Amino acid sequence: MADSDVVALTAAAAIAEIDAGRLSAVELFSAYRARAAADELNCFTWVAGEGEGPGSGSACEDGRAPAARAARVGDGPLRGVPLAVKDLFCTEGVPSQSGSRILEGYRPPYTATAVARLSDAGAPLLGKTNQDEFAMGSSNENSAYGPVLNPWDRARVPGGSSGGSAAAVAAGLAPWALGTDTGGSIRQPAALCGIVGVKPTYGAVSRYGMIAFASSLDQAGPLTRDVTDAALLLRHMVGRDDRDATSLRFPGEIEPPDAERLDGIRLGVPAELSGEGVQPGVLDAFRATLTRAEELGAAVTEVRLPHAPHALSAYYVLAPAECSSNLARFDGVRYGRRADDPADLLDMYTRTRHDGFGAEVRRRIMLGTYALSAGYYDAYYGRAQRVRTKIVEDFDAAFAQVDFIVTPTSPSVAFGLGEKTGDPWSMYVNDFCTVPMSLAGIPAISIPCGLAGGEDGLGPGGHAGLGPGGRGLPVGFQIAGPVFSENRLLDAAHALEQAIGFDGSAARA
Amino acid sequence: MIDRDEVLHVARLARLQLDEDEVQAMAGELSAVLDHIARIGELELDDVPPTTHVVEVTGRLRPDEPRPCLPREVALEQAPAVQDDGFLVPSPQA
Amino acid sequence: MSAVEHETVIGLEIHIQLSTRTKMFCGCELSFGEPPNTRTCPVCLGLPGSLPVANAGAVHYGLMIGLALGCELAPRSIFHRKNYFYPDLPKGYQISQYDEPLCRGGRLGEVRIHRVHLEEDAAKLIHAGASGRIHGSDASVVDFNRGGTPLAEIVTEPDLRSAEQAGEWLRLLRATMRRLGVSDVNMEEGSLRCDANISLRPAGSEELGVKTELKNMNSFRFIERGIRAEVARQEKLLRAGERVMQETLHFDPDSERITSLRSKEEAHDYRYFPEPDLVPVAISAEMLDAARAELPELPAQRAQRLEREVGLSSESAHQLAFDAALGDYFDAAVAAAGEGSRTTPPSGAAAQALANWVTVELPKRLAPDIAPLDSNVSPQAIATVSAMVAAKEISVGAGRQVLDRLVVDGGDPAAIVAAEGLAAMDGGDELAAIVAAALAANAKAAENVRAGNAKAIGPIVGYVMRETKGRADGGEVTRLVHEQLGI
Ligand SMILES: [Mg+2]
Ligand SMILES: [Zn+2]
Repeated sequence: MADSDVVALTAAAAIAEIDAGRLSAVELFSAYRARAAADELNCFTWVAGEGEGPGSGSACEDGRAPAARAARVGDGPLRGVPLAVKDLFCTEGVPSQSGSRILEGYRPPYTATAVARLSDAGAPLLGKTNQDEFAMGSSNENSAYGPVLNPWDRARVPGGSSGGSAAAVAAGLAPWALGTDTGGSIRQPAALCGIVGVKPTYGAVSRYGMIAFASSLDQAGPLTRDVTDAALLLRHMVGRDDRDATSLRFPGEIEPPDAERLDGIRLGVPAELSGEGVQPGVLDAFRATLTRAEELGAAVTEVRLPHAPHALSAYYVLAPAECSSNLARFDGVRYGRRADDPADLLDMYTRTRHDGFGAEVRRRIMLGTYALSAGYYDAYYGRAQRVRTKIVEDFDAAFAQVDFIVTPTSPSVAFGLGEKTGDPWSMYVNDFCTVPMSLAGIPAISIPCGLAGGEDGLGPGGHAGLGPGGRGLPVGFQIAGPVFSENRLLDAAHALEQAIGFDGSAARA
Repeated sequence: MIDRDEVLHVARLARLQLDEDEVQAMAGELSAVLDHIARIGELELDDVPPTTHVVEVTGRLRPDEPRPCLPREVALEQAPAVQDDGFLVPSPQA
Repeated sequence: MSAVEHETVIGLEIHIQLSTRTKMFCGCELSFGEPPNTRTCPVCLGLPGSLPVANAGAVHYGLMIGLALGCELAPRSIFHRKNYFYPDLPKGYQISQYDEPLCRGGRLGEVRIHRVHLEEDAAKLIHAGASGRIHGSDASVVDFNRGGTPLAEIVTEPDLRSAEQAGEWLRLLRATMRRLGVSDVNMEEGSLRCDANISLRPAGSEELGVKTELKNMNSFRFIERGIRAEVARQEKLLRAGERVMQETLHFDPDSERITSLRSKEEAHDYRYFPEPDLVPVAISAEMLDAARAELPELPAQRAQRLEREVGLSSESAHQLAFDAALGDYFDAAVAAAGEGSRTTPPSGAAAQALANWVTVELPKRLAPDIAPLDSNVSPQAIATVSAMVAAKEISVGAGRQVLDRLVVDGGDPAAIVAAEGLAAMDGGDELAAIVAAALAANAKAAENVRAGNAKAIGPIVGYVMRETKGRADGGEVTRLVHEQLGI
């Protein structure tokens, strides 16, 4: 099979070709390895060496373990289909830098549970993907290793923080990828890159080995070309891990989605998340998808999430507060960078952390430290946790009326590089539609639902001022369900996906 | 609003050195973000319990059974400075 | 200046390293002097991505402590993060408990307990010496072996009124923890650490004065001396009409000087918040039952029982209660005596006599590292020796000789008595003849005894004991001396 044909396959299709004997895991790995190594979008911060992967049995540069796992992966249910992994997952002996200068060159002595499970299931490590530093960002412009370019339009951002994973999958540099989502970091880049991204129920996937941003919100999930691949990858990620006290046993298994219709399904549209602040082009694509859902048999109604408008505020207290504590371990003592020639201990700490962290990370550490400091805890952290309770109650009430909540994933299509870096809050607003689900710990998926103009005021179908070729930019459709509703969610997404027939091949060209 | 002294106090707590212009910028940026965040102050939340984890589980204790430790070379491998088989740091008392 | 009498008010904060097999939040075995950094893992090194999981064994010990101190055990307690930077703190925060601790309230002796909570220990900082300077500055080396060791922090109410009382109470706490088997509680090795909060107030006042915190005194002697020194310092300030500042202090036992630990650092702001990586600890009925089942008789209870029910002197009762190994040995000896031909266990004078053998004679003869129950002297044997002496079957001296033999070779006291011919001499002609010889050989002493100097009898009795190899009964010898001297 020609490499171009190989990379046109979804992961599930590639597995079928391998099982049919028309493709080998070695061919598949080397095709993707070659594409990843020639990456022009800055998706990867590390790519497996030549000769690594299934069947090679060789170790990577420094002789350590990951390839040992890869040697036997062809046997697993994932048949050796290679996996791109967000940089913040620890991978033994392989750089795991979380997009930060402070971890430049850091090679952990152990592998994250999610990555190890997928490796055991037969998905070898293809490479580590670029991300916003410590997952803080919505554009991937906060990486110490440079911005990632959107394959639909290289002058635009891929979204973030899992921007490298999303862009790599969209551009056909990886068949699928792992990301993490704290307030939208899987769903929003999936939307901006025209692929599928799932944030599972909090606790469904072990956080062990994920370099933490905000512990009570971080959750790993798949970024894939279609819903079937997302289900397949997620199937081998979920499950209780005795190294993560907050991980949960997933009831049953993730099943391959096969629904074609939405008969009897009630979709709730919260006015709070689908009106003001959403680009008209995005709104048009969203409404067109609602119409399609009705054609498939779904009932679309309005629901209320009265506290959703406060979710972003609560999130920007809770996440920075937890991050200010989670990032205290980067002190120049045991690993990572240390400032040169420290005059004393305080100097070592303050310069190491100033030089090692980027501006956005410093800003959030400051915000979180302030919110937790004496006299402010009740007004900020304490209140934000109570808002969280109200948001959970809002969703509970909504799910008593509807099966799923649907919203645009992101209020805008991919925006230009540098366009929003000047004003933190304008960047934070990108998470407006995704943060409420994160606070509620519920699962949500983003699927591509069409293309829209890249500027405010432009409708779908594209006219002037669109990306190269005038084809428009992808819009994401978000579906959220109650805790552990992943199988139903994937089925609904599958039915819509089939009806929409989104074509992402342009981004792989 | 968060002023210069508060920025410096918080930076000290967080062990972050800030240059003079960074202090100014930080004061402005934090103030702007806090203005947005302050909206949660308008909500009536007195009788609302806080949520840390949405799915409440308890226990999750680990049996008191040893697991293998890291070899010392591995533990020290990534350290910026090592001496006498330990992590070398400027003395806190210095 | 006022001449107001001041009352001392002391509260203690005690940290106890729990003797679980593994650390508080990871599976590393606890370290006992292993080479540096050989007892670490991603969790206790605070490596990126690692997560804590609480040790069930530490919670179990925490519950035992709570039960022993009569605390209210929280059905649900949570861990918090206490945030501060220090090289011995790998994550930049200590996982501790804050406003929802495992245990609240309680009492030990006359002191009320405020709370008991679980947390993790810091690592060890070692001064690097001249060769380890960083750019000419002093440097330290961090060893993470100790980091993450489970700690129980016990906080008392301010119920102590003097340095001596604090020292005495701390000994009771140590004996209690040792008896529970939850810790080595060794101050020199750091498995028991104590801070004291000290304030003075006008005698009779109910209000608390401004307190200072005296940190990290690492021996019982230093605690008492440190508190005395701080009380004296505060007394002097108050008498001079000055105010006591709330601050943290360090006592240097060499110079007896107290120095402030308050540096140019900002006041502590630990930014406590609930640890999101852990879930609440819920105490089940099974966990409570398991902790209850392992509760032994505690020193205070044992002292009371030995004194009131067994009839020992307060001194013996406390010695046996505070030294759990000796106390267990004594209880075994009492039980063994009860099982023998003499059907009732000894009490009163007989029990006190047995206690003397156990607390005085036996320890004298044992190497310090040998526990009495591991020695060659079985509890049955020492009970027999005590009973034979009480029945005048052997003399006290002969009893001591039997014990000497038992310590070396073990065996049955009656057999040793028979083999060595140590049976008490009856008061017959043989002993009368030896007494007569003793009087003849010590004519001067005999004269003095006759003249009324009772103490002069010593050399005469000594002569008899030498001649009889200690088999003679001291009382009988005295009677014969008096008889032969006609007094
Ligand atoms: Mg403590
Ligand atoms: Zn460990």
